[in-house]
Amino acid sequence: MTLLSVSDLSVSLHGREVLRDVSFEIGTQELVGLIGPNGAGKTTLMRAALGLLPFEGRSTIAAMPEDARAKHAAWLPQAREIAWPVTVETVVMLGRIPHVSSVQKPTEADRAAVDEALAQMDLADMRQRPATQLSGGEQARVLIARTIAQQTDLLMADEPVAGLDPAHQIATMQSFKALTAKGKSCLVSLHDLGLAARHCTRIIMLGQGGLVADGAPSQVLTEARVAEIFGIAAWYQDTDQGPIFQPLDVVR
Amino acid sequence: MRLLTGLSVMVALLFVASLLVGPAGIGPGESLAALFAGDRGPLTLVMREIRLPRAMLAVMIGGSLGLAGAAMQGYLRNPLAEPGLIGVSGSAAFGAVLAIHTGAAAAFALALPVAALVGAGLGVLIVMALAGPRGTSLTLILAGVAVSALAAALTSLVLNLSPNPFAANEIIFWMLGSLADRSMTHVWLALPFMVIGWLLLSRLGRGLDALTLGEDAAQAMGIRLQHLRLGLVGGVTCVVGAGTAVAGAIGFVGLVVPHILRPWVGAHPSRLLWASALGGAAMVLAADIAVRMILPERDLKLGVVTAIIGAPLFLHLILKLRQERI
Amino acid sequence: MLPEIAQCCLDLMRISKFLVGCVIAWGASVLHANPADLKIETAATRVVSMNLCTDQLAMMLAGPGQLHSVSYIAADPRASAMVEEAKGYAINHGLAEEIYLMQPDLVIAGAFSTRATVAMLRRLDIPVVVFDPAYSLSDVRARIMQMGEVLHRQPQADAMVAEFDARLARLQAEVEARPRAVLYYANGYTSGPQTLAGQILTMAGFGNAAEERGFETGTKMPLEVLAVTNPDVVITSQPYPGASRSEDILAHPVVRSLRAARGGASITDHDWVCGTPFVLRAIERLASQRAVMTGEGE
Repeated sequence: MTLLSVSDLSVSLHGREVLRDVSFEIGTQELVGLIGPNGAGKTTLMRAALGLLPFEGRSTIAAMPEDARAKHAAWLPQAREIAWPVTVETVVMLGRIPHVSSVQKPTEADRAAVDEALAQMDLADMRQRPATQLSGGEQARVLIARTIAQQTDLLMADEPVAGLDPAHQIATMQSFKALTAKGKSCLVSLHDLGLAARHCTRIIMLGQGGLVADGAPSQVLTEARVAEIFGIAAWYQDTDQGPIFQPLDVVR
Repeated sequence: MRLLTGLSVMVALLFVASLLVGPAGIGPGESLAALFAGDRGPLTLVMREIRLPRAMLAVMIGGSLGLAGAAMQGYLRNPLAEPGLIGVSGSAAFGAVLAIHTGAAAAFALALPVAALVGAGLGVLIVMALAGPRGTSLTLILAGVAVSALAAALTSLVLNLSPNPFAANEIIFWMLGSLADRSMTHVWLALPFMVIGWLLLSRLGRGLDALTLGEDAAQAMGIRLQHLRLGLVGGVTCVVGAGTAVAGAIGFVGLVVPHILRPWVGAHPSRLLWASALGGAAMVLAADIAVRMILPERDLKLGVVTAIIGAPLFLHLILKLRQERI
Repeated sequence: MLPEIAQCCLDLMRISKFLVGCVIAWGASVLHANPADLKIETAATRVVSMNLCTDQLAMMLAGPGQLHSVSYIAADPRASAMVEEAKGYAINHGLAEEIYLMQPDLVIAGAFSTRATVAMLRRLDIPVVVFDPAYSLSDVRARIMQMGEVLHRQPQADAMVAEFDARLARLQAEVEARPRAVLYYANGYTSGPQTLAGQILTMAGFGNAAEERGFETGTKMPLEVLAVTNPDVVITSQPYPGASRSEDILAHPVVRSLRAARGGASITDHDWVCGTPFVLRAIERLASQRAVMTGEGE
């Protein structure tokens, strides 16, 4: 089953073409890493695919009606915004909005979804704390929990692990992995190529205004491509402890 | 739930108290008896034509201002957004003044609320355009100052150009608001627009909750931002326009009430809506009782009391926000 | 309309000030410190009046060619009883500059005229006489005499006062029934017995019901006090052109129902506003309205 299909997607922002003719599909049980240097259009691609930006081409989820889309795909924006001092539990409960008419009257299913998301993101003991009083990394986890609580088949997250400590970076990637085990898929933009290589089942690399490569980490993260697109030299090896990617030096 | 019950009881008690306070010096029992007796005697006249509309308008206008304040704050995600402070009430007053002094209101009674509605609508649109979707406190307040100043200047201009010698003094009423000497006519004039506004604003709860996480997240959760914006502009325009048309611009209610009640509703934007409506009604009822108790012989303006309560709180909020973000 | 408030409003229109209360308070305290009792040795030959009430007194008493200019309000039929006469004079708007350029040798102002203008004219060495408003019928006599003195027209003033007294005496007929009346104006103001309007009311054979509630002077009477006072007659002023919120109160259901159930009468401001012999005309008109109401036909 295809959860997201993007074909010939082009986006222009402020009269400048940011992306051109990007096509890819995401099936079930995939953890897709979206990588690319600054300005390559990672955020733009995801927002356009969701229908939050005007674009040319086709995206299956952008074509869906708002309500159906919200039940199909969750979106974690890069800006970690929590406007009011609501509790952690409340923020996560907001993820249930597509499923209920009002978050005031949650059902048992809603509560269970929230409990599960809180547990997955290691937040159960701070559920009653005002979310605005947490640290940046903690807030990031709360917001990830919110998208998990939305219980969609597809989860799209824009740099979800930025600002997290190593333990929580790894834990977060493992949470996404756990979702794929249930038949769901995640599209996650990442700057940490090491994390991408290690945890993603597949990597989409953006650069030079379009899609550069799409495939398994070992196929995408070749020496030549990493040097051309990111301008770095790196060490990449499949070890008995899993794949390890370590950037070494700037080559440009 | 307990909060809403408590607030409702408070509004009911203040409503009765408002019916019992007045310079005529009638006993409480006598007052209430006159309200229900239909003998058209002077006491019945006082109760039905003076005190009842006054108390009703206090509830309607207070509720509207509380609701509008909570909704605007939820939408702009800024606790400083308030119809009075950001110039919406001021522009509504300008519309109302135009209707009265061009003679339109005399020719056609609905011209008064309609003109105030147009003024309020323009005010909301200008402020929202100037402050942007996520207005920082600074741009929001600057936009509000500009719109307020312009509206006040235009209102003064119209009043000064009027051939009527009383007009020039009326700027005080329009800037500070008062419920004195209103009648049932004013209740009926404002009520239909307010009901429409309440309906529009009451449907925003879910969207405002989602907006807690920002526009992108809200949109991706299925919230139609365009609808939300339309509902907000329409609702605020209706309630603030209609209220200002009959009672002038009463400031700070939409600021003070949501601020006090926010911790009580766990900062939920949707739960804050109805709590603020009840809280606003209670505040305006109390302020209107206060103006009649403090200086019964003088026509103390309602806005004086609400500003004395609200302005220090406003300053406190600015200080607090400056520490957090701006 | 309540004379002092009306006069004040009309003066204020020139300068577009709206803080009436403050101005009245300042005006009263400051102007009494000014040399109102300025002695004019020789008769002025080029007099400018900048207040509606002094305008009218001056037009009635000045010698030929002595009065040069009156205020523009004197030409306003709503406020002025001498519109036709005012057309024969230059019109001023109470501005220091325009009055100075008229090169007057005497300026007559009212207590509610702009203090700044009066002070400016005095700094320019133009003698300014400030008239207090008339708060009673005896004040009317005093103002006539004062105007006679200021213009060096005492014989004419004496004659006018004599005629005023005679007409007033004729009006002082005993009445059997005094309908309880309340004078009610824009913003809910009423006139108690210690006002010129209150005295006109009493002279016309009405009882001032405001007095029952302790309203002695011109102050705001809350609408509900009016309702429980339940007067026989509510006498209101006619609305000014250009609608205003202030006058809305006269259309309030309470006022309307009192007027419909009991009785109502309207007064024309221009005879009531100023302490001039025109107040006699106001008394006569109001007395005949009373006669119709009580069925004491004349």
